[in-house]
Amino acid sequence: MTVIERREVALVDLLDRLLAGGVVITGDVTLRIADVDLVRIDLNALISSVNDRVPAPWGEDL
Amino acid sequence: MTGLRYVYAVCRPFGAALQTQLTGVVGAPPKLLHHRGLVAVVSAVPERDFAEEPLRAHLEDLEWLTVTARAHHGVIDALMTVTTPLPLRLATVFRDDSGVRMMLEAREGDFRRTLDRLQGRVEWGVKVYLESAPGETPGGTAESEPTAGKAVSGRDYLRQRSMRAREQEDRWRKAEEFATRLHETLAAHADESRLHTPQDSALSGTSGRNVLNAAYLVSRAESEEFVEIVDRTKDDAPGMRVELTGPWAAYSFAGEKP
Repeated sequence: MTVIERREVALVDLLDRLLAGGVVITGDVTLRIADVDLVRIDLNALISSVNDRVPAPWGEDL
Repeated sequence: MTGLRYVYAVCRPFGAALQTQLTGVVGAPPKLLHHRGLVAVVSAVPERDFAEEPLRAHLEDLEWLTVTARAHHGVIDALMTVTTPLPLRLATVFRDDSGVRMMLEAREGDFRRTLDRLQGRVEWGVKVYLESAPGETPGGTAESEPTAGKAVSGRDYLRQRSMRAREQEDRWRKAEEFATRLHETLAAHADESRLHTPQDSALSGTSGRNVLNAAYLVSRAESEEFVEIVDRTKDDAPGMRVELTGPWAAYSFAGEKP
């Protein structure tokens, strides 16, 4: 086994914390976005956008 | 300042100044908004990007999300050098300063309790991966035939296949056991722990299968020992990889303790 200490913060680690951690404020004074289940929206969106970026090995059909 | 108010964190008042060149989301410098013995760290954001509708659309845009998340984290990281910040969820936005003050008043008791709980503590992230076995594709199935160039009877083929399936199961079971044991050890050396959902390798871009994705709340004084414990797991299990991240602000422990 190897133990790796990363210096640069990986985006996935950051999103684990920023989308599933942190204090959630809800109520009239905030804009309503805080009520939204950010984790569900974003991870679905992210997975599809990451997959979109991976070029198909057989090239693009035009 | 005009525009909406983006709030990064709530802290207790601190003596040190923020770095002068520090910028937050959309490049605006964060300001401190003092109210009733608490401080909200705030910057102005434009309505065209941070009102409810545009924000919702932006959150599905990976590039926007990346830039915003890194800017949010940059401010939290800077706060960590001068105080123990209580981070807010990404994209917590208020109409104006008075909205921020009302929020501080409404949540004053929670904030004080949570800030006390987190005082002098940091978060460490620990992930355990099961490395891919030789001949195994990232998708998880073994593909290469061991007896290339030689005819294999149907019975031999099936036998080899079920043997490989058993080996795979065995590796999985060992990985789970290792992760559970490591988590128990680390949780015993932490004030609190939290399990995040294992990461999808399509998102993380790392090799191997993520079997543990955990966060531990540890005092700064005990952090060195905690890191050493993680480091000592090095020789415990072949075929496994342990990744340590941190120290983070206590993002994963910002909610009220259950």
